[in-house]
Amino acid sequence: MISIETNQKAMCLEQAVQTYVKPGDHLSIGGFTVSRNPMAAVHEIIRQRITNLHLYAHSNGQGLDELVGSGAVSKIEIAYSGNGRFAPTCICFKRQIIENKILVEDYTNFQMALRFLAGSMGVPYLPTTTSLGTDIINKWGFDNKLRENDTKIAAKKLIVMDNPFSRNKIPDKIVLVPAINPDVTLIHTQKADTKGTTRIQGLTFSDVEQAKASKTVIVTCDELVEAGSLNTNPGANQLPSFCVDAVVHVPFGAYPTACFGCYDYDAPFLDSYRDMAATQEQFQQYLNDYILGTKDHSQFIQKACGERLEAIKANPETGYSDQIKRK
Amino acid sequence: MTYSSKEIMVLAAARQIKNKDIVFCGTGISMLAAVAAKHIYAPDCMIFFETGAIDSKLEKLPLAVSDSRVMYGAQVFCSLIDSFCFMQNRKTGSNIVGIIGAAQIDPFGNLNSTMIGNYQDTKARFPGSGGACDVASFVDTNIIFMKLEKRKFVKILDYMTSPGWLTGFDSRQKQGLMTRGPSAVVTDMGIMGFEKESKHMVLKEVYPGIDPETIQENVGFKIDISKATQTLPPNSRELKILREKTDPERLILTKGDI
Repeated sequence: MISIETNQKAMCLEQAVQTYVKPGDHLSIGGFTVSRNPMAAVHEIIRQRITNLHLYAHSNGQGLDELVGSGAVSKIEIAYSGNGRFAPTCICFKRQIIENKILVEDYTNFQMALRFLAGSMGVPYLPTTTSLGTDIINKWGFDNKLRENDTKIAAKKLIVMDNPFSRNKIPDKIVLVPAINPDVTLIHTQKADTKGTTRIQGLTFSDVEQAKASKTVIVTCDELVEAGSLNTNPGANQLPSFCVDAVVHVPFGAYPTACFGCYDYDAPFLDSYRDMAATQEQFQQYLNDYILGTKDHSQFIQKACGERLEAIKANPETGYSDQIKRK
Repeated sequence: MTYSSKEIMVLAAARQIKNKDIVFCGTGISMLAAVAAKHIYAPDCMIFFETGAIDSKLEKLPLAVSDSRVMYGAQVFCSLIDSFCFMQNRKTGSNIVGIIGAAQIDPFGNLNSTMIGNYQDTKARFPGSGGACDVASFVDTNIIFMKLEKRKFVKILDYMTSPGWLTGFDSRQKQGLMTRGPSAVVTDMGIMGFEKESKHMVLKEVYPGIDPETIQENVGFKIDISKATQTLPPNSRELKILREKTDPERLILTKGDI
């Protein structure tokens, strides 16, 4: 058993969110569609009724959709909002855009990843050639006034310019995408130590760049180990402890999304979520029953997953479950 | 042997994959086509996903590109940034074949996977680019999957998410995109290509039993259907592997939507 009093970074989720996530913050969430969304932290933000968040992600699914559906998000910069086969377009996301309840700025996945990388490098932008000639360049979701008034938002969505290194008579074009420096980034991982050293098993997506670009980082983990014990295999670790501000032990913290090697996505739950989120009234009922009506993530899992929990546990050899019904 | 329109569509795309190819695919039917290609025609091709999984084992069909099933037995895990860099660097860029889908396509193979309506007043919303615009910008060979419907094959897109041949001729190069536009549009009735000079969509192949006129009726703009040849029907070996090995759980084959 690890004593959490001995280390100031290891704390409970309620305290971590209370300390580091404020209304109006620019928030970035890790994971990718159906995998390693920081669901426990997302639910805690909803429970604490933190609102007016500005959300960044590249391709996110369940975490994004529940945050958006709960009304926590006012603006979003993103490349993709979908949940695999379960919701090709995230459901609350779709509804809130159509009803003009959130503002969206659309980028590509590579651009969002570059924007986090730029933030992590401390440079104001990075160049690329993706999206030349498309509406990613031509159509802007945030107007100039909004960009002027909120100094945390980049002054422009992007800039197309001549390649300054070109040898051609008619110079080739490049697209500059602005850096992102979130106030706080939420990551869920398989393993971390009490100082915050973080080990992600399987694909890291853009979690590492997202964390390094951020002013503060909350890491939730399925397994919390003694400080220094991950140092025996440093090549497997991605984030040094000094990048992490709070580390929280939350078993099944990515549920209902998957956490490679630990558990699979809960396909039956994600299917039923599609119906529970179908209208705003139904989604409010879902929030009342599953999130606001439960005190923490373990109660949420009891209610949402119940006896299926055994079935979603990963086969240690493959990293996913052979038991869960996916049809 | 009887087969569904979805089965011939998957196989028609999979037949275009060669052993030397590095295949980039998205979710759903494009993933099924990539896996079918590996199982049936091109065992040495390598499948990779924008999430960073390279040469995954794919013993079970993933339901998303972030599914743990793309991670099991992979050769390398890289980051999102790395996977898009493989499309651009000089060593691997030209070997990559992209397979992507969309909600709308125009006569030059430009794609919309973002929204319907005016951008400030959205009537319907799709997930957004994800990596689709990136692959369409970066790779030389891009195969597009589309269900053949008039509302999907439109003269003018509501939003251009991913570049095709833009406005045709050399407009793509003029905008600064140095790679080729899409090579084929695989539908549930036939396969379209793009005319050599103008880059306008033309009908290349029709599936057995489909009348080229029917294809024109389902396209919202005029295409040349005069030179279309007939696609070989799937043989029993192709269908057996697709049904018994590639998608034995029928996770994608039975679902109605393409």
